[in-house]
Amino acid sequence: MTEMQKLYLLVPLAPLAGAIIAGLFGKAIGRAGAHWVTILGVAVSFVASIFVYQDVAAGNVFNGTVYTWATSGDLKFEVGFLIDSLTTTMMLVVTFVSLMVHIYTIGYMHDDPGYQRFFSYISLFTFSMLMLVMSNNFLQLFFGWEAVGLVSYLLIGFWYTRPSAIFANLKAFLVNRVGDFGFLLGIGLIAAYTGSLNYADVFAQGQKLASTHVELFQGEPWTLVTVICICLFIGAMGKSAQVPLHVWLPDSMEGPTPISALIHAATMVTAGIFMVSRMSPLFELSDVALSFVMVIGAITALFMGFLGIIQNDIKRVVAYSTLSQLGYMTVALGASAYSVAIFHLMTHAFFKALLFLAAGSVIIGMHHDQDIRNMGGLRKYMPITWITSLVGSLALIGTPFLSGFYSKDSIIEAVALSHLPGAGFAHFAVLAGVFVTAFYSFRMYFLVFHGKERFHVHAGHGHDAHGHGQHGTPHESPRVVTVPLILLAIPSVVIGYLTVQPMLFGDFFEGAIVVSEQHPVMAELAHHFKGALAMGLHAFVTAPFWLALAGVALAWFFYLKRPELPQAIRAKFGLVYEILENKYYFDRINEVVFAGGARLVGRGLWKGGDQGLIDGIVVNGSAKVVYWVAQITRLFQSGYIYQYAFSMIIGVFVLLTFWFNRG
Amino acid sequence: MNFTIPDLYPASAEIFVLIMACVVLLVDLVAGKSRRWMAYFLTQLTLIGAFAITLFTMDGRTVLTFANGFIDDTFSDILKLVLYFSVAVVLIYGRSYMAERRLENGEFYLLVLFATLGMMVLISASHFLTLYLGLELMSLSLYAMVAINRDSAVCTEAAMKYFVLGALASGLLLYGISMIYGATGTLELPGVRQALYFNSANSKVLVFGLVFVVAGLAFKLGVVPFHMWIPDVYQGAPTAVTLFIGSAPKLAAFAMAIRLLVMGLFELAEQWQTMLMLLAVLSIALGNLAAIAQSNLKRMLAYSAISHMGFMLLGVLSGVVAGDPRYAVPAYSSAMFYAVSYVLMSLGAFGMILLLSRAGFEAENLEDFKGLNKRSPWFAFVMMILMFSMAGIPFFVGFFAKFAVLQAVVAAGHIWLAVFAVVLSLVGAFYYLRVVKLMYFDPPADTTPIRAPFDMRLLLSANGLAVALLGAMPQAILDYCAYAFIGGR
Repeated sequence: MTEMQKLYLLVPLAPLAGAIIAGLFGKAIGRAGAHWVTILGVAVSFVASIFVYQDVAAGNVFNGTVYTWATSGDLKFEVGFLIDSLTTTMMLVVTFVSLMVHIYTIGYMHDDPGYQRFFSYISLFTFSMLMLVMSNNFLQLFFGWEAVGLVSYLLIGFWYTRPSAIFANLKAFLVNRVGDFGFLLGIGLIAAYTGSLNYADVFAQGQKLASTHVELFQGEPWTLVTVICICLFIGAMGKSAQVPLHVWLPDSMEGPTPISALIHAATMVTAGIFMVSRMSPLFELSDVALSFVMVIGAITALFMGFLGIIQNDIKRVVAYSTLSQLGYMTVALGASAYSVAIFHLMTHAFFKALLFLAAGSVIIGMHHDQDIRNMGGLRKYMPITWITSLVGSLALIGTPFLSGFYSKDSIIEAVALSHLPGAGFAHFAVLAGVFVTAFYSFRMYFLVFHGKERFHVHAGHGHDAHGHGQHGTPHESPRVVTVPLILLAIPSVVIGYLTVQPMLFGDFFEGAIVVSEQHPVMAELAHHFKGALAMGLHAFVTAPFWLALAGVALAWFFYLKRPELPQAIRAKFGLVYEILENKYYFDRINEVVFAGGARLVGRGLWKGGDQGLIDGIVVNGSAKVVYWVAQITRLFQSGYIYQYAFSMIIGVFVLLTFWFNRG
Repeated sequence: MNFTIPDLYPASAEIFVLIMACVVLLVDLVAGKSRRWMAYFLTQLTLIGAFAITLFTMDGRTVLTFANGFIDDTFSDILKLVLYFSVAVVLIYGRSYMAERRLENGEFYLLVLFATLGMMVLISASHFLTLYLGLELMSLSLYAMVAINRDSAVCTEAAMKYFVLGALASGLLLYGISMIYGATGTLELPGVRQALYFNSANSKVLVFGLVFVVAGLAFKLGVVPFHMWIPDVYQGAPTAVTLFIGSAPKLAAFAMAIRLLVMGLFELAEQWQTMLMLLAVLSIALGNLAAIAQSNLKRMLAYSAISHMGFMLLGVLSGVVAGDPRYAVPAYSSAMFYAVSYVLMSLGAFGMILLLSRAGFEAENLEDFKGLNKRSPWFAFVMMILMFSMAGIPFFVGFFAKFAVLQAVVAAGHIWLAVFAVVLSLVGAFYYLRVVKLMYFDPPADTTPIRAPFDMRLLLSANGLAVALLGAMPQAILDYCAYAFIGGR
């Protein structure tokens, strides 16, 4: 094993070691021990990731097996790494955000009795996510996929005594099963038709998959690669919360805030985006699948943004914003602009983690009251949180020169250049989304940090999570909270400007991402690109900038200038409000049709299948068989030697007659 | 007639064990009761020494010696290494049990060594007579060990049954051997194979002999309908002896099957494969179903052993398909994998019974495992691993052993056989999981703290963990098993 390979191993194993120590020996090492050991693990992982990045940037790509777990016929089950530019980008994002969240957690979870457990979980998550992104085969990808899902489930239900948390984690679990079903079908199809689970082998057979046809419905042949890609994308829809499998993400805000930042904003939910980019050699072979991806993404980007407008829980606003941004990334995937999707994934990871952690800081400051109607004017009390939130919000809405601008504008331009069916709708959706994003982001920002101070009035009614009852004026959070905010604010500002050139238009993703010549979106985009500075300056004459500005202005007008207006509008457009309030009735439909249907089927199976068939015939029947065999055995197992010997002789006799007559 | 001194080098491990057995006998005679530990340590030392000798003389070559009666190949070397290991584990687990019952006599260790020697000879036999010699040396030692508690009526009854039935089985085997000798004119296993290959034998007589040989083998493996002794002997013998009978001799019986059937009678594979199929089907069915009705854990494990041996036979009988021996190595190595992993699990399971038993109390009933989780969470966990592995739950070693065997069965085209085996494994999972249920969900019936020597606790923990961790590297074990067969050719 070379030095680099040892380093690759170190990256995921350091957080795993931290998780094991904090999880199994949490009591022995105490609270400080738990956070030191896990932070150390993740820090080691981050530093190692930087070295790996430098190595990859120098042109060294690694694709190899670390350990062969089992062989079944020609199918190999292996643990292996594929380290290229895509992987290292993800590794850096994951380890950096994870490190920030670890530090932040010290402050946020300060009084929680499950302190060590929490650290163990987030380190375990980091390990799983790294295994997912570093994988070179579908089996390990699936392992990481499920492992991050498991940790997400555990963390949503972290405060397991709250019924709402248990409901939310069950919901996340069930919805993700639907996605995983598609994902597993896709992997199964790949294994069945290519005989391999290794990325490189599968991609090499892409043309074969594209020329094979399957008839899902009578008389409608689909190319196999389309079926596979759609199956895989259904998996991504579950994990990356795309309509209609998005319903679990807003509820996942029941988990502690650091988790919302790490798992449900910056990293895990982007696993689907990463996976599709990784599978770009397959997706490129199917226009149908790409169109499907783009339309789903566009619906998510626009309609989830609308929901952000009416939310009053600070975390839920950010959650809907995350849904909408994930939709943007998905649209970029559909437009074959994978590198743009990854670019937006990265910038989004920084500013969304920042926004979540800032929201968490506000929640600490407000003594665990999360209702933005009870806030207002917090900028005086929490200056650092205020400034960093402003930076995050500006980055999110795409203010020129900030990181979000470069990625979001590139997405919009890429979609405009796409010629796939559905691109027109997608372009409209992402453009309108800019306005919506700006509106809900600044609605929240103004309500929390500006305007009248409303917390004095409502202070007594806040639902308090930890029951440390002393209410009063908000206060700035401790340094372990504010330092990560500042550290995240820096990349939120500069990372886009610095990396847009190499990531989108350089050859950074050469070899990692494949774009076919039929979808020359990126090439055309590069044609227009004249440097990061020029792109920022050019923004002032484009529609997105003015749309964003209009959104901010409208938010200012509604919530600072004329705060009574929203009420009036709500009264006027009752129906629209009703629909938004009910989140387009997705939850209701799920509960009535799917949950109700499942219960109905379950009842039927229980009565007919379980009680009749299984209990009646299989269980009681097999019990009878067992009893009967036992009786017979007892009859023969009498303890008398001569009976035993007799049985042996009978055995020989039977064998003899049998085989003599056969000749 | 001229005598030449045979090449002793390939048999150096056997010779060493024989010499050391005599040394143990003498030392124990002189040392007396108070210094019983000397016999124990000398025995362990013998096993370690034999391990080293076998390991260092292992060179991948196949050497015949003692007038072609003794073979030293990779198959025998690898099996012997596992054998020494399992015997050493038996001694560590069983020592305090025997001491508490005043059964830790010098002859116990002596018999263990002689049985081990017998197994070694059996594993290395390339001649019908050597094979029979090893078999009898092992069996006679085992009969005596079952009866080691002379004053116990149960023990002596079990030993008597074992002895009489064993003598009958030996008779059957010898009769079969004589038939084959009559048909082929040779007693050397490779010679028999050659004679059969050139088709110079009387097929009626051969099949007649084959049936008797298979019957004798089936008795040693303990498969239906030659299994009757197993439950009675397992239950009647002192648990430490049961542990011994339930582990190492299974390896020897497996080796006997390979030597007899593959090395000698390979050309008759079509015939014996169908015979074994009948035996395997009956064993898997009866073993799994009858085990459910048991309330005595030793008896339950006895029936479980019957079904496991049936399962192992599935691997042995999948080697030749329509005269095509292409699948032979994967099939036989899967059976070897099964035998080795079974021995590992069986050691752990009986080890758990020994751990819980103490002077005057045999923890041999299922009831005695109730609420073990309350008394010792760690050992409840170890037992759970063992039970899960025996039931074939992924991803313990038992699962991969079953998986490898089933893969061989399917490759041989016996899909129905694989389905049958899987369904009955599912039935079998019931009684293994019942133990887990008793340990975790029932209140303890007995609250005496668990006391055991440190080495035993440590080894038992390692044993359980090995069952869990080897599940992460099934390919490596399977490769070693395949090496045993390929290297031996």
